[in-house]
Amino acid sequence: MLETLLPILIFSALGVAVIGAWRRVRLWRQGRPSAVPLLKGLAAMPRRYLVDLHHVVGRDKVMSNTHVATAGGFVAAAVLMTLVHGLGLANPWLGGLLLLASATMFVGSLFVARRRRNPPARLSRGPWMRLPRSLMAFSLGVFAITLPAVGILPAGFGHWLLGLLLAAVVAWGLAEMVVGMTWGGPMKHAFAGALHLAFHRRPERFSTKAGGEGRSTGLKALDLEDPSAPLGVETPADFTWNQLLGFDACVQCGRCEAVCPAFAAGQPLNPKKLIQDMVVGMAGGSDAHYAGSPHPSQGLGGKPVGEHHGTPHGPIVAREGKALVDAETLWSCTTCRACVEECPMMIEHVDAIVDMRRFLTLERGETPNKAPEVLDNLIATDNPGGFAPGARMHWAADLDLPLIADLQQVDVLLWLGDGAFDMRNQRTLRALVKVLRAAGVDFAVLGNEERDSGDVARRLGDEATFQSLARRNIATLAQYRFQHIVTCDPHSFHVLGNEYGELGGHYRVYHHSTYIAELYESGRLAFRPWKGGSVTYHDPCYLGRYNGEYEAPRNVLRALGIQVSEMERSGFRSRCCGGGGGAPITDIPGKRRIPDMRMNDVEATGASLVAVGCPQCTAMLEGVVDAGAEVRDIAELVADALVARPAVGAFDATRRPQAEEVI
Amino acid sequence: MRPEQQGVEVAVLVSVGRHPITGRARRADQDARGLELALGLERQLPGSRVSLLHAGPRGEESEAALRGYLGMGLETLTLLEQAEGADAIPALAEHLAAAPPQLVITGARAERGEGSGLLPYALAERLGWPLVNGLAAVERVENGVATLLQALPRGQRRRLKVRLPAIVSVDGAAPVARQSAFGPARRAELEATPVAAEPDRELAQWQLAPARKRPKRLKVIKAASARDRFKAAAAKAEGGGGQVLADVTPAQGAEAILKLLREEGVLPR
Ligand code: SF4
Ligand code: SF4
Repeated sequence: MLETLLPILIFSALGVAVIGAWRRVRLWRQGRPSAVPLLKGLAAMPRRYLVDLHHVVGRDKVMSNTHVATAGGFVAAAVLMTLVHGLGLANPWLGGLLLLASATMFVGSLFVARRRRNPPARLSRGPWMRLPRSLMAFSLGVFAITLPAVGILPAGFGHWLLGLLLAAVVAWGLAEMVVGMTWGGPMKHAFAGALHLAFHRRPERFSTKAGGEGRSTGLKALDLEDPSAPLGVETPADFTWNQLLGFDACVQCGRCEAVCPAFAAGQPLNPKKLIQDMVVGMAGGSDAHYAGSPHPSQGLGGKPVGEHHGTPHGPIVAREGKALVDAETLWSCTTCRACVEECPMMIEHVDAIVDMRRFLTLERGETPNKAPEVLDNLIATDNPGGFAPGARMHWAADLDLPLIADLQQVDVLLWLGDGAFDMRNQRTLRALVKVLRAAGVDFAVLGNEERDSGDVARRLGDEATFQSLARRNIATLAQYRFQHIVTCDPHSFHVLGNEYGELGGHYRVYHHSTYIAELYESGRLAFRPWKGGSVTYHDPCYLGRYNGEYEAPRNVLRALGIQVSEMERSGFRSRCCGGGGGAPITDIPGKRRIPDMRMNDVEATGASLVAVGCPQCTAMLEGVVDAGAEVRDIAELVADALVARPAVGAFDATRRPQAEEVI
Repeated sequence: MRPEQQGVEVAVLVSVGRHPITGRARRADQDARGLELALGLERQLPGSRVSLLHAGPRGEESEAALRGYLGMGLETLTLLEQAEGADAIPALAEHLAAAPPQLVITGARAERGEGSGLLPYALAERLGWPLVNGLAAVERVENGVATLLQALPRGQRRRLKVRLPAIVSVDGAAPVARQSAFGPARRAELEATPVAAEPDRELAQWQLAPARKRPKRLKVIKAASARDRFKAAAAKAEGGGGQVLADVTPAQGAEAILKLLREEGVLPR
C-alpha cells in the first residue's frame, strides 16, 4: 500500500510546492528591476552558501554543526527519497544512503529540539516552535519507510494501520519541509535564502576562489540626473526585487537583534522585526503574527504587535498614524552594520534603512530633530556645524601646514575631516601632524578647499547633498597629485575610499592607524615604552566592519608596548559608540544611551584608558558622564610616545628630492 | 459652536536669501517662516490656497534658492521676471492688485539688496491695505476679518483684528520653517511672466559694500555676588540713565545731544 501512496504523496507535495514557489516569486517581482546575472549567480550559489554563509554560521559551532546535519541530511534525504520512493528505484545502495541521510537529519533535529527547549529571547517562537517536531517527523518517517526498501524489514511488514500511520507522519514531514518551503512556513528561509545568495544585490561581498576580499559596504548612489528616477523607497514594492527576496530569506534567528546597539539601548528599533515588517508589507497584512521580541520601547508607550500593517504598494511610513514601521524606527539606526555582519542570510539591513530614509528626507522633508539644520549647514557652509569655511584651518594657525595648492603634488594628502572644527579632535589632528613630521612624511592638506565628505548627509538620506559635496570634493582632488590620502576619520575614510568611486573619484585611502603601523614597520618611528595603566581598544564601525581593518590599530598599540585587554565585544563584534549614521543628530530617545553601554564594556575590562581611532567615537565616549576610563586617540598615544628615530636624518635628507625626481 | 471659518487666499512674497556666513543664495529665513505660517493656515482653514510670488531675475543660483521654498510642499511659484536691479515694488503691486489675495505674507527684511525692510510698507501704501508687522500667528479668519497675534519685544504678544485684504510681515517670532525636500523642489514649476522692468534709479546711485558688524556696547557689571551678576546678565537691555527733553528749543536739544556724545567719547571732549 505504501508503495502506491508514497509516490502520490511525494509528487503532490512537489507539485504544491511548485505552485507556492511561483506565487512567492510573484511577490518578489513586485519590486523594482535590478540587473543581476542570473545564471552566474546560480552557479556561484553553492560556494556562497558553503563558504560565506557558513563562515557566519560557523561562529556558533554547535548551531553550525546542527545546521550541517539537519540541512545536509534533509537535502540528501529529499533527493534520494524522490528517487527511491517517488520513482521506485529501490536500489539498496540508494536506500542505504537514504537511511544514512535521514538518520543524520534526525540527529540534527535532536539538537534543534534541544535549542528550542529554552530558546533565547532573540529566537522567534510561533510556528518555529513546531519545527523540531516536523524535522523529526520527516526524518523518522523517511527512515522507517526506507527500511523495507533496503530489505532490513520484509516488504509487507506490519499492519496496514502502521503503514497508514507512517504515511501520515511522512505527509506531515513533507507538508512542513517541502510545501512549507514555498508557502511561507519556517522552511521558507531555505528556498528564499538559496535564491537570495544567488541573486544578491552585492555580489562583491562574497569571497571568490581567487581570494577576493569579499567586502562591499559602500551605499549605492541614487540616480539624481533622471528626474523620473525614484528617490528612495516609499512602499515595499519600491525595493528592488532582490532586496524583497533577501527580506524573505530571514530565518528569524535574531542574531541581528542580539547585536543591535539601538535595540539594546531601548530605542524603537529591532532589525529582525524590521525585516519581518518588510516581509509583511511585501505580502500585505499586519504584523500580528510576528512571534519574536518586538521593539523594546516600553518607555515610549510600547509597541505591541498587530498595530502595524501594510501593503506592497502602500506607504511604509505613514504621514499620520501608523503604517508598516514608524519613522523613529528608521532614525534609530546608527548604521553600525553589526546586524549585517551577524546575519547568516546575508541580508542588507543598512541598505534598506537608508533607502527608506532617503524617501523621508528627499521626498517628505521629514528628517527629525536637528537633522534639517545640519543638512542646511552642509548645503550652505560645507560643514555640519555651520562654521565659516574659511575657519577650517584656524586650529593649525601655528603649525605652518603645507597646502597642497602651493605644492601641487605630495606623497600624502592629509584629509582633516570636520573634526577640524572640533576642539577635542583638533588635539588628535595636532598629534597626527606631529607623528607625520617625526616620520618625515611628505604631506600636505587641502586647507579651506576641503569640504565635509558627505557621510552624514548620505546616512541621513540626503543623497542630493551628499552627491553635491562629493562631486565638488572630487573636482578639488582632481587638481592635485598625491599618492594616497590619510585621514584620522573612519567616516571620511569609508566615504572617500568606498563611495566616491561610483561618482568618479578613485583614491587609495589609509586610516591613520594603518599608515602609522606602516611607518613603524618601515622603521620611521620609534617609541618609548608604555608606562600607563591597562588599555583597551574600541573598534570604530566604519574602520572595522566597514573596512575590515582590525589589526593595524592593535599593531600600533603593540608597538607602543601596550597590551590590549580586549572587550568582550571587539573586532568584528565591536559594539557601536552610538555616533554613526547621524544618530546623535536625529537623537531618538531610548532607555539607555549607547555610549554609556559601550563605556560599561570598557570598564568591564578594567582598563583605565580606551584607545580609539575616530572623532565620533572620541566625542561619544568622552561624553559619558562619570566614565571610569580616559579616551585617547591612537594618534595621541603615538605622539606622546615619540622618541628620536635611531637613524636620524636618513630619511629627511633623501625623501623630498627622491619624490621629486621620480615624476 | 464656533462660527464658520472660510479658507483664505494667501500670497507669500519670497526673495532670494543670502547665507550670513558664506553669502550663498538660499531661501530667506524670514520669508520661509512666512510660508510656514501660510502652510499652517492652510491646514487650519481648509479650503485655503497658498501661492508663492517672487519678482526678480531668473538665474541658476536664484532658481535653486527659490526652489528651496517649493520644497516645503508647493507645486508652483509665480516668477515676475525682471532684469537685475529692477524695482520689485511696482511689479508686485500690479500683480497683487490684478487678482488680489486676501492675505499677503512677507518677510520683514530681505537678506540681500537693500534689505531696508521697506517693501511691505511700500506695497501697503500702493495697495491701500493695512499692514501688520512682526506677526507671530494667525488665529482666526472670520467674515473677512483676521485675528492676528503680533509679536512684541521680550515675548509679549498683542492680539489684533484686521480687515482683509491685508499685508503682514514676519520676523524671527514666526514659526521656524519646515525642512525643504529635494524631490518636490525639483519637480515644482516656476511660472515665469516677464514684467516691465522699472529700473530702481535710486538704488543705481548707491554704493554697496559688505556690512560690518556694529560694535556692541559692553555692559560694565559691578556685582559683588553671583546673584547680582545673574540679575545683571538677565536684565533688560535698556539704557537706564536717559532723560526726556520736552519743550526745549532746538538749540537746547542740540546742546544736550552734543553733551551726550562728548560724555560717551564719540566726540572729543
Ligand atoms: S546597523 Fe547597527 S543600529 Fe542599525 S539596525 Fe543594524 S545593528 Fe542596529
Ligand atoms: S535578519 Fe538575518 S540575523 Fe536578523 S533574524 Fe533575520 S536572518 Fe537572523
